[in-house]
Amino acid sequence: MPAAVKLMPRPAEAARTPIIQLQEIEKVYAARDGNPVQALAPVSLEIGTGEFLTIVGPSGCGKSTMLRLVAGLIPRTRGRLLMRRQEISGPQRDMGIVFQTPVLFPWRTVLDNVLLPAEVLRLPPAKSRARALELLEIVGLSDFAAKYPFELSGGMQQRVAIARSLVHEPSVVLMDEPFGALDAMTRDTMNLEIMRIWREAGTTILFVTHSIPEAVFLGERVVVMTPRPGRIAEVIDVELPAQRDIDIVNTDRFGVYVRQIRAHFNAKGLD
Amino acid sequence: MDSSDYSTGPAPGLLRRRPEIVLIPLLFVLIIGSWHGVVKGLAIPDYVIPAPGQVATAFWSGVTSGSYLAHAAYTLSEALLGFFIAAFLGTLFGTLIAQSRIIERTLYPYLIVIQTTPKIAIAPLLIIWFGFGITSKIFIAATVAFFPILVNVIAGLRSIDAEKIELMRSLKATKWQTFRMARLPSALPTIFAGLKVAIVFSILGAIVGEFVGSKVGLGNLILQANVNLDTAGIFGVLVCLAIMGITLHLVMEWLQRRLVFWTASARSGDY
Ligand SMILES: Nc1ncnc2c1ncn2[C@@H]1O[C@H](COP(=O)(O)OP(=O)(O)O)[C@@H](O)[C@H]1O
Ligand SMILES: [Mg+2]
Repeated sequence: MPAAVKLMPRPAEAARTPIIQLQEIEKVYAARDGNPVQALAPVSLEIGTGEFLTIVGPSGCGKSTMLRLVAGLIPRTRGRLLMRRQEISGPQRDMGIVFQTPVLFPWRTVLDNVLLPAEVLRLPPAKSRARALELLEIVGLSDFAAKYPFELSGGMQQRVAIARSLVHEPSVVLMDEPFGALDAMTRDTMNLEIMRIWREAGTTILFVTHSIPEAVFLGERVVVMTPRPGRIAEVIDVELPAQRDIDIVNTDRFGVYVRQIRAHFNAKGLD
Repeated sequence: MDSSDYSTGPAPGLLRRRPEIVLIPLLFVLIIGSWHGVVKGLAIPDYVIPAPGQVATAFWSGVTSGSYLAHAAYTLSEALLGFFIAAFLGTLFGTLIAQSRIIERTLYPYLIVIQTTPKIAIAPLLIIWFGFGITSKIFIAATVAFFPILVNVIAGLRSIDAEKIELMRSLKATKWQTFRMARLPSALPTIFAGLKVAIVFSILGAIVGEFVGSKVGLGNLILQANVNLDTAGIFGVLVCLAIMGITLHLVMEWLQRRLVFWTASARSGDY
């Protein structure tokens, strides 16, 4: 144990108030061919207020299903979903979402794309505009506010999508493999950026990825999922310094976490 | 986007980049020249194929006498009024039909029957119902222009990607917000393609209506020239119609470039 490593000042599990609670949530898709697909076995999970939680697992293990359930985009088959201890169903205005692709509206400028949630939710325009410009500043796109999405690179477009997910100041942001389509170097930059945004905005982030290093690098806790049916194999507390940079991936401690997660998939003949 | 960035010198650069600037008039001269050559060389009588010079004379006298202007204004009014009615009704009904799969599936066979029936064939009926005046021509123009618009409005509103809808849903957008902010703008490029076809169809409808029964209009002018075996006169009116068609096409392209600027074709300037 490298004693010199300053550990993240992370509140103990019990002390942190859960913002989202999944209780025995199960999802069965009624597939077109008649055979129902059990995408998610009953899973239970508590997401703490302000936490950065990553969900990692191979493709098809139900990560997107879990995220879309929390987002209220699909109905659950069984179980209870609570937000601030209230049972919820359907989308919540207090959540933001980032998809794998940017899903920008090409007829809107970058600024107007970021403002979309504020418009839909009818928030005060002047205040929202100031907030949107501030977010564009944070994601490093101030100079591009008046540009259109087709004038931006893929990485820049995804940063617009992140700014958009934050404009209505949601307590929870859900991200489904947001950097999956980006090249490795852009991805590293984006990972650093998203951590900075998380520290500054204080939002709870639920981040889905199929990359084990990304899950360890970003997460305060990593939820490891295995497929058929999708279930939670392990939840790992990542005890790494709060201020992480890319070099941390070369440390022993980082490697230990990566191997610990990988073991779940090797054992099942995956990966 | 702006290829002038690459120009090195004034004239040679322009020619190398856009050789069509010279090639288009060159081809024109070639066509007119061979037309003249064939007509004179084979001694084809005027009333079968007039020489280009005779067509030019006929065209010019039509222009200077003010006859073209009066008749073209009439035909254009018929076509444009028909087009606007078709655009309004096509968008209205297309939107209503696109709201529901059940309505669409129920109406689908009828739409196919109507679409595959040549609408022009009902022109005599419309003349019986609405007389020899402008009303019957407007109806015929509207009838033929309606279907390309209707079909493209439905296809356009259906073409939106599921993720945009999901994003709107995650924000608890109302049906109207989703339509106004996402569906309609997504459909615009497809709708525009329909409008471009429709505007040409509306001229066609107006001319056919005039053929079937009228006292004025370019179609009527063609009939008069036909009775007098004034073939050069017919060609003169055709030139007039071509100019009208090209003008309307250019107006539509100009509108398209401004209203659906985000599509790849609008940006590159190719159509
Ligand atoms: N709409 C759907 N209908 C039927 N089956 C689905 C649907 N969405 C996902 N599935 C199935 O559920 C399982 C989990 O999918 P998903 O949540 O997308 O996994 P992941 O995001 O981890 O790749 C897969 O077997 C997938 O085929
Ligand atoms: Mg997925």
